[in-house]
Amino acid sequence: MSELRLMKGNEAIAEAAIRCGTDGYFGYPITPQSEVMERLMELRPWESTGMVVLQAESEVASINMLYGGAGCGKRVMTSSSSPGISLMQEGLSYMAGAELPCLVVNVVRGGPGLGTIQPSQSDYFQSVKGGGHGDYKLIVLAPASVQEMADFVELSFDLAFKYRNPAMILSDGMIGQMMEKVELKPQQKRWTDEEVAQMHSWATTGKTADRDRNIITSVELDSEAHEQFNNRLQAKYREIEEHEVRFEEIDTDDADYLIVAYGSSARISSAAIEILREKGLKVGLLRPITLWPFPTSRLQELSGKLKGILSVEMSSGQMVEDIRLAVNGKVKVEHFGRYGGVVPSPDEVADALEQKLIGG
Amino acid sequence: MAELLEDIKKPENLVHKKSSVLTDNVMHYCPGCSHGVVHKLIAEVIEEMGIQDKTVGVAPVGCSVFIYNYLDIDWQEAAHGRAPALGTAISRLRPDRFVFTYQGDGDLAAIGTAETIHACNRGENMVMIFINNGIYGMTGGQMAPTTLEGMKASTCPFGRDPKTDGNPLKMTEIVAQLPGTNFVTRQAVHTAAAVRRTKKAIRKAFEKQKEKTGTSFVEVVSTCNSGWKMNPVDSNKWMEENMFPFYPLGDIKDV
Amino acid sequence: MAKMIGAIEVDIETCKGCSLCVEACPTNVIALAEEVNGKGYNYAYMANPEACNGCTNCAQVCPDSCITVYRKKVEMA
Repeated sequence: MSELRLMKGNEAIAEAAIRCGTDGYFGYPITPQSEVMERLMELRPWESTGMVVLQAESEVASINMLYGGAGCGKRVMTSSSSPGISLMQEGLSYMAGAELPCLVVNVVRGGPGLGTIQPSQSDYFQSVKGGGHGDYKLIVLAPASVQEMADFVELSFDLAFKYRNPAMILSDGMIGQMMEKVELKPQQKRWTDEEVAQMHSWATTGKTADRDRNIITSVELDSEAHEQFNNRLQAKYREIEEHEVRFEEIDTDDADYLIVAYGSSARISSAAIEILREKGLKVGLLRPITLWPFPTSRLQELSGKLKGILSVEMSSGQMVEDIRLAVNGKVKVEHFGRYGGVVPSPDEVADALEQKLIGG
Repeated sequence: MAELLEDIKKPENLVHKKSSVLTDNVMHYCPGCSHGVVHKLIAEVIEEMGIQDKTVGVAPVGCSVFIYNYLDIDWQEAAHGRAPALGTAISRLRPDRFVFTYQGDGDLAAIGTAETIHACNRGENMVMIFINNGIYGMTGGQMAPTTLEGMKASTCPFGRDPKTDGNPLKMTEIVAQLPGTNFVTRQAVHTAAAVRRTKKAIRKAFEKQKEKTGTSFVEVVSTCNSGWKMNPVDSNKWMEENMFPFYPLGDIKDV
Repeated sequence: MAKMIGAIEVDIETCKGCSLCVEACPTNVIALAEEVNGKGYNYAYMANPEACNGCTNCAQVCPDSCITVYRKKVEMA
């Protein structure tokens, strides 16, 4: 049975993880997302679904536990916040290289360095451009509500396994900490070991006489062969770009101006749009739900009829670069951001749009 | 004599042949490298226990990164030093499987020290095989955490000086102190007798996994002929004279 | 009186001529050949086959698993 509850975004992640049949969570505490593991430990899913929950010695160990679990064909996840996610980049590169599915939740806080524990969106580049070494991509989903925090857990696993690629939920301290109504899906069964062996012929389930040994690896010393492998990865990424772009539009039909914003910034921006519409300005919102793949084509389509685009981010301007690449000079693109843990108000966003795009 | 030899070479007289768990791939290791011997022993133990279909190995970064080409079992290749983290998850998510890591001194005792200690301290149900030859073989003979005092390596070309280079690390003694380990031993493969003892130790480590009482840890003090710049026979002698006094062989813990 | 006689078979192409088997043999059966294999290694062979008792020491220490050992009990007149 579905269930309506009031809870924090971080807690919703934990609840949804158990309900969608996650096999293992491996993590390390860091503010502002420690409630994910705390809630999991309270719920004791190892007694109900058999899900493993382990507090690792570091984020480095956590991500490599994901590698081990994913290599066995299991649905494994971790959550952390910016500094911890930086520590995981080596492991994410290896997992992308070994084509292993997993879910990493980043409840972003302000950086660089130890930074602040307040919300931020300054990990956009790290998330959508790869983050670690090598040519690779993560599938990145950006929730804008506690409901989406819950829903994107299962969606991330589905996409991660469909494409054998790590997926990330890129949230922030605001969505992680705020409480909202959330509808939780009914409990689903975890895959059995037999189902895993059947569905994921690549997994290290134990080499039986009827098949060759499975090797989960990212090393290939032959340059030609390694280029071939990279070509295969790139072909997979193009397929994801073609099929998995997700976004939401508000009031774009008649819009002269467009705000592009994700996550918390999108919520603030939708309030800014109401302020601007009251003033008679036709402003719409495009909210990328997948940050990679990015809604490039949709932005290209919209760019022809727009007078200007404002990228609103809690960063000094990261996603704005992808918007500019998408519209390729067809329309003016500006950026407005507060950062270092500061959350902008709708009034600030509305003022910024008027100043930067209309010159008011 | 030729006739007599052919008479002896009959299936009923066979007393030793290559393990069926070893593949036909020729190992990439230098002539006389200890890795080949230890690979063989693990293969023989897996074959004798009949657990080829229930074993998952975790390969390291280092010379033995390609161990998965030689043992015909399922493998995961870890990032440098992270094998115990992979092993932890494999063992917890597939408690019905035999899990082992195979790691060199740089992997296990330098970059992966935290993963090693914490996996052992949690008592993860797995075997850890630790090849200690006191040098970085794959990258070309640099100093390892286990390089002996005075021993030359390409990054301590005048010999390791503890004042500037730090001291050699006895990882096996460290993990033996942790409550999570159930069997900790240090062996070598320089003579036939030593090879037999090491095989017994590896067998015991794998058998211990059935009890689910913790991590079994087998260090094998090994040679690196190329890194040490000696022939294989001299390397064994050098190991006996120099490595064994600092890394004494034998069981350190058995509970 | 019974006696153990043995014989070894070396997979010449996988042998790297490391000499560890030569050193490990208690009865000095093995030597490295003058000739080389396809990889250029002087491979191990039974230079003194009469002395082999099939103890398997050579195979134990062989890093490349290229030695197969046979052993047979024979009655001596």
